[in-house]
Amino acid sequence: MGLISFLKSKFAKKKDEKYNQGLEKSRSAFSKKLNELGKKYKKVNEDYFSDLEEILIEADVGVNVTLQTVDELLEKAKKNKISEVDELNEMLIDILFANYTENAELPTEIIFDENYPTVVLIVGVNGVGKTTSIAKLANRYKNQGKKVLLVAGDTFRAGATEQLALWGQRLSMDVIVGKENSDPSSVVYDGVAKAVKEKYDLVLVDTAGRLQNKNNLMAELEKIKRVIGKLVPNGPQDTFLILDATTGQNGVVQAKAFNEVTKITGVVITKMDGTSKGGIILAIKNELNIPVRFIGLGEKMDDLEVFDLEKYLYGLCVGE
Amino acid sequence: MAFESLTDKLSLIFKKLRGKAKITESNIEEMLKEIRIALLEADVNFKVVKSFLENVKQKAIGQDVLGKIDPSQLIVKIVHDEIIDLLGGNDCELNIKRKPSIIMFVGLQGTGKTTTAAKLAYHLKNKLKKKVLLVAGDVYRPAAIDQLGQLAKSIGVEMFTMGTNVSPVEISLKAQQKAIDENYDVMIIDTAGRLSIDEQLMEELTLIKKAVNPDEVLFLVDAASGQDTYNTANIFNEKVGLTGYIMSKFDGDARGGSALSIRYLTHLPIKFVGVGEKVADLDVFHPDRMADRILGMGDVVTLVEKAQEQIDEKEAKKTMNKMMNGTFNLDDMLHQMKQVTKLGSLGGLLRLIPGMPKITPEQQEYAEKEMRSFEIVINSMTKEERQHPEILKFSRKQRICLGSGRTMQDINKVLKKYEQSKQMMEQMAKMKKNGGGFPGGGFPGGGFPGAGGFPGGFPGR
Repeated sequence: MGLISFLKSKFAKKKDEKYNQGLEKSRSAFSKKLNELGKKYKKVNEDYFSDLEEILIEADVGVNVTLQTVDELLEKAKKNKISEVDELNEMLIDILFANYTENAELPTEIIFDENYPTVVLIVGVNGVGKTTSIAKLANRYKNQGKKVLLVAGDTFRAGATEQLALWGQRLSMDVIVGKENSDPSSVVYDGVAKAVKEKYDLVLVDTAGRLQNKNNLMAELEKIKRVIGKLVPNGPQDTFLILDATTGQNGVVQAKAFNEVTKITGVVITKMDGTSKGGIILAIKNELNIPVRFIGLGEKMDDLEVFDLEKYLYGLCVGE
Repeated sequence: MAFESLTDKLSLIFKKLRGKAKITESNIEEMLKEIRIALLEADVNFKVVKSFLENVKQKAIGQDVLGKIDPSQLIVKIVHDEIIDLLGGNDCELNIKRKPSIIMFVGLQGTGKTTTAAKLAYHLKNKLKKKVLLVAGDVYRPAAIDQLGQLAKSIGVEMFTMGTNVSPVEISLKAQQKAIDENYDVMIIDTAGRLSIDEQLMEELTLIKKAVNPDEVLFLVDAASGQDTYNTANIFNEKVGLTGYIMSKFDGDARGGSALSIRYLTHLPIKFVGVGEKVADLDVFHPDRMADRILGMGDVVTLVEKAQEQIDEKEAKKTMNKMMNGTFNLDDMLHQMKQVTKLGSLGGLLRLIPGMPKITPEQQEYAEKEMRSFEIVINSMTKEERQHPEILKFSRKQRICLGSGRTMQDINKVLKKYEQSKQMMEQMAKMKKNGGGFPGGGFPGGGFPGAGGFPGGFPGR
C-alpha cells in the first residue's frame, strides 16, 4: 500500500475540520495543478517532469529541493518502470514524506522542564507574526493548565511592547515589559527571575527581528541566552523561529542566519490560511534539518495547530 | 543588499563566459540554465523567469553573438536591458498634484505598511516640503495605532485617529475633511493587513476607496516574499485597483525577485523601496540604476544624490579650503568621516561605487567599528591637540589612552591615518594648483573611501 492510499484510509476515518478549512486555500491550487497534470499527460514524458518542476517551484519549495525531488522521482520511475501519472504523483508524496522524516526527530509540542520554568525564545524577522504567535502559544498552553508568562523583549520596534501587553490583557496573563529602547536582556532577566520565583511553567520571550545587523543581533541574543541560562539551567529549552508562509527562498537564508546566532529547535509557520503553499517548510527541513512545530491558520487566538506532515502533504498534493 | 546573491551569481556566470574564446549554442544553454537557477533562488516568479530567458536567448541569437570572439560584453548588455525591461520604465513618480492628495497603503499582514507610511510621510515632508497627515486606519491589529503614533511623533507629522471602534471608512472620510479644512497637501491612510481571500476585509478596502477616491493605492510587497506574491497582488489589483507598489525590507538578505516579477506581470510601477529600519531609509525606485546594481555595475547617481542630500555643503567647503592650504587637522578628519557615515552604512555605500571591492558584513562591521574607535580617540584629545596633532608625544598619548579606554596602538593608528590623509590632500592640492582637476573634484569633501578620508582602509581578510 502506497503512502497515499494509507493516508486516504486514515483520513476517511478522521477529519480535522479546522485544519482542512485553514489550509484549503493554500493547497487547492497546488493539488489542482497536480491533478491537471494527471489529466494532461496520459503517459509520463519529459514535459511532465518539467511541468512538475514548475509546480514545485511555484509552491516555494525551492530550486534545490525541487531538482532533488524530481531527479529522485525520475530515477524511481525508471527503476520501477512506472509511466502512469497517477502512480507518479503518489510516488512524489512518498519522496517528499521520506525526505522530511529521514534521520530526524520530529517533536511538535513543547516539552516541559520538571524543575524549572520552560523558557522559549521566539525569534524571526519583522512582520512575520512573532507577537501574534506568542499570544497563540500562550493561549494554547494556558488552556492546557499551564502558568504562562510573557516577556516583551522587543524593545526596538515602535509599538511592539504595547502589542504584546494588549494580548496579555486579552489573555489575562502577566506580561513583563521594559522601557522603549531599554536593554532587552534586563527585561528578560526580570521576567525569568519572576517566573522562577513564582513557579511559572512557561515563559515566552519576544525578541527584536533585526536581522539587518547580524552582529548586533547576535550579541543581543547571546546576552539574552546568557541571562536566561543563569537563572534556568538548560534555558532557553526551546528557540522557535517564526516564519511567514508567504516567504520565498529568503526563508532559508533567515533560518540559516538565526541558526548561526542561536540554535533553532523548531519553526512556527504563520499565515498558512492564505494562498501561499508554505513550500519553504520543505526547503528549510532539507537544508537545515529544522522541523516545523506549529502552524498559524488565522488571526484568532486559537488559530494555532500542531504541525502534521501527513496532513500537510496530503492536503498539498491530493486535496480533498 | 537585496540583489547581492543574484549579482554574485551572474558575475560568476559572466566570468566563466569571459574565459571562453567563442560562444557556442551549448554554452549559451549552460549559461541560461545557471541564470535560471539564480533568478529562481532570488524568488523571481517562474513565469517571469521563463520569458526572461526566452527573450535573452532570442536577442543573443538575433544579434549573432555565436562564433564571435569575447561576446560576453554583448550578453551582459542583453541581460542588463532585459532586467531594465523587467523592472519597468521610469514611471515611478508619485501622483500628488491634487490637494489634498490621498495615498492609501494596502497589503498582507506584516509587509511593513505602518513603518513605510511613516517613511513616506517623512520623505514628503522633508524632500518635497509637503504638509502631511498620517491616518490610522488599522483598527484591528493590537497597538497598530500606538506604533503609527510613535512614528508620527518622531518625524513631527500629525496623526489622525478615531480609536479602534470606528470603521476605517468613516475614519478616512473624517480625515479627508480635516485635510481639506486644515490645508494639508497629502494624507496617507494606513490600513490593516489582510489576506487577499478575506472577502469582508477586501470589501472594506473597496469602500474606503469609493469614499475618498485616493490618488494612489500602493500595495506593499515584502522583498523576502515568494512565488505566491503574484497571485496576491493580482487579487488586490482586481478587487481594489492598485496604482503601484512599494517594496519593503529590501535590505538584509532579501532578494526582491518577487517584487520585480509582479511589476513585470501586472505592468504597475514600483515607486519606492524601503532599504533600512530608520525613517529616512526609503528610496525612490529607479529601474535602470537597479539593473546596474543587479549586474554589479554600481549606482553612482544614487550615491551622488545621497551625498547632495546629506552632506553639509558649508562644512564640505571649509574642509576643502583647509585641504588646499594645508591646514588639515584631526578635527577636519573627524568631520569628514562623519559626513561620509551620514550617507549610510559603509557597505551599502561601497556597493554604489562601480569597481569597489565587495566587503563582507564582517569586514564592514570591522571598518565601522574602527571608525567609531577613531572618533572616541579624537574626542579624548584637547582642542589644541586636535588642531596641532604634531604636539602629541608619549605623555599626552598616555593620557588619551586613559581617557578613551583605547590602547596606544589605537591612538597611533589614528595618527598614522591622519598623516596618510594629509599627504594625499597635499598631493591633490598640488595637482589642482598645477591646473589639472583632481579625481572626484566635484565631490564635496573629497573624502570618499580610497581618497584618504577613511580610517584604515579595509582589512584584507
